[in-house]
Amino acid sequence: MDFTNKDLVSIRDLNREQIEYILDLSKEMVPYAKGEKTKRALDGKIMANLFFEPSTRTKLSFESAAYRLGCHVMDVSEMSMTSIAKGETLADTIRMVDAYCDCIVLRHPYEGAARLAADVSDKPVINAGDGAGSHPTQMLLDLFTMKQAKGTLDGLNVALVGDLKYGRTVHTLAQALTMFGVKLTLVAPESLQMPEDIVDNLKAKGCIPKKTSVLEDAIPDADILYVTRIQRERFPDPSEYQKVAGTYRIDNAILREAKDDLSVMHPLPRVNEIATEVDSTPHAKYFQQAFNGVPVRMAILCAMMGGEM
Amino acid sequence: MPADRVEDIKIPPIRNGTVIDHITDGQSLNVLKILGVNENNIDSSISIGIHVSTNKAGMKWKDIVKLEDMELDPITVSKIALIAPQATISIIRDYYIAEKFNVKLDESVTGIVKCSNPNCITNKGEPVSPRFLVEERCPPKLRCVYCDRILMNISDNLI
Repeated sequence: MDFTNKDLVSIRDLNREQIEYILDLSKEMVPYAKGEKTKRALDGKIMANLFFEPSTRTKLSFESAAYRLGCHVMDVSEMSMTSIAKGETLADTIRMVDAYCDCIVLRHPYEGAARLAADVSDKPVINAGDGAGSHPTQMLLDLFTMKQAKGTLDGLNVALVGDLKYGRTVHTLAQALTMFGVKLTLVAPESLQMPEDIVDNLKAKGCIPKKTSVLEDAIPDADILYVTRIQRERFPDPSEYQKVAGTYRIDNAILREAKDDLSVMHPLPRVNEIATEVDSTPHAKYFQQAFNGVPVRMAILCAMMGGEM
Repeated sequence: MPADRVEDIKIPPIRNGTVIDHITDGQSLNVLKILGVNENNIDSSISIGIHVSTNKAGMKWKDIVKLEDMELDPITVSKIALIAPQATISIIRDYYIAEKFNVKLDESVTGIVKCSNPNCITNKGEPVSPRFLVEERCPPKLRCVYCDRILMNISDNLI
C-alpha cells in the first residue's frame, strides 16, 4: 500500500484497509522500537517535529521513532525562538519548514492547523494533535494496543470512560472503532457525554452506542475499558469535580466484576482515575500503550516517507 | 393571463428584476442581508412576503422577496442556497419570466461562510478561505474541511 507523500491529518484520511496496514507494519516495528534489532530504513531523511504546544509522550515518541529508523530530527518546540513570535503566519512557517525536511509532524493549539499545513506543504504532514480536534496517531496506537491485547478488533466491547465531551482522543477513537463493528459504551456524567454530532456520526456508520453515567454498568461486559482524565477546570464548582472524579475511579474493587482478560487503557497522564494498585494486575495496559507510541509512529513515518523495511 | 406570467396576488408583480421564491419560512430578512440592500443604497423597490402559505411539497409556509431592477451574481445565489435550500430564482423581464432556476449547493462551499468554531485555524488570521463539505442539503449541514466541525448558525456566519 502506497502512503508516500500522503498526509495523516484526521480519521477521514484513513479507511479500514489502510489502518490494518499501519497496524501490521507497527507489529513488525516492535523489536526495532525496543532496540533488539536495528534498521536504518529512513537513513538520510529529515523529520521536522513542530510542537507549538507542550507535549511529552507524543513529542518524545515521534523523536524516538525517527531515531530508531535512522531519520534525522529537526526539533522546534520553543516558539518564542521562531518567526511565529514575530507575527509570521503558520502557513509561511510551514512553507519554510517544508523546504528543509522530508516530513512534518505538527502539534498546534488551533483546530484545523494540520489541514492548513497539509494544504501548503508538498511533504507529508502528520497531525500530532490540533487543539480539541484530531489526534490520529494516538488513535492508531490505541487500536494497535487493543489488537495486541485481544488479537482482533472486530466485535470487541469497548467502554469509553471519563471526559467524552472535550477529550479529542476519544472522539477520533470512537469513529475509528466503528470500522471494526465494535460495540461501544459511553460512560460519562451527563455534562461530559460525547457530543451529539459525533454520536450521530457513529450511528450513521452503524454503531449505536450505549450511554450511561454509571461506571459499574459497563464493567462486566467490557473487553476494553478506555479511561480518560476528567479535568478539574471543566467544573465551575470544585465539589462537583470531586464528586464526579471519585465516581469514575478504577481500582481493584471495581474490577472484581470485570472479565479476567479485561484490558484497561489510558492515554496518560493519569491523575487519580486509575489507582496505582491496578498497575500490577494483568488488566493494566496503559504503560504498554505508551510504549506502543514508538512502533506505531515508526510505521507511520516509514510508510509516509517511503522507507523500506 | 399567459401561463408563465408571474402571478401573486399578495405582492405586486415587478416589471424587471428578480423574484426569490420558496425561501425557507422566516429567512427573507437574512436574504436581504446577503443581498446587502437597504433603504439607503438602492433606488428600486423591494417587496417582501413573510410567512406566505404555499403548496410546494415539504413546505407549508414560505417567504418571498421581489427585487426591482436587480439580478443576482452566482456567489449571492450560493449564499442564498445555504439559508434557503429550496428557493427558486426567477429573472423577470417586462413582467415575464425570462429565466427560472432552483438554487443549488455544490459539494463544497468556499469563502462565503466562516467557521463557527472560534478556535478553528481559519479564524486565526491565516491566509486561508474557509471551506466546507456539504454533508446534507436540506436543511444544509456543512462540515469544516479544516477543523472537522459542523457549522452552526449558518446565517450568522455568512461572509
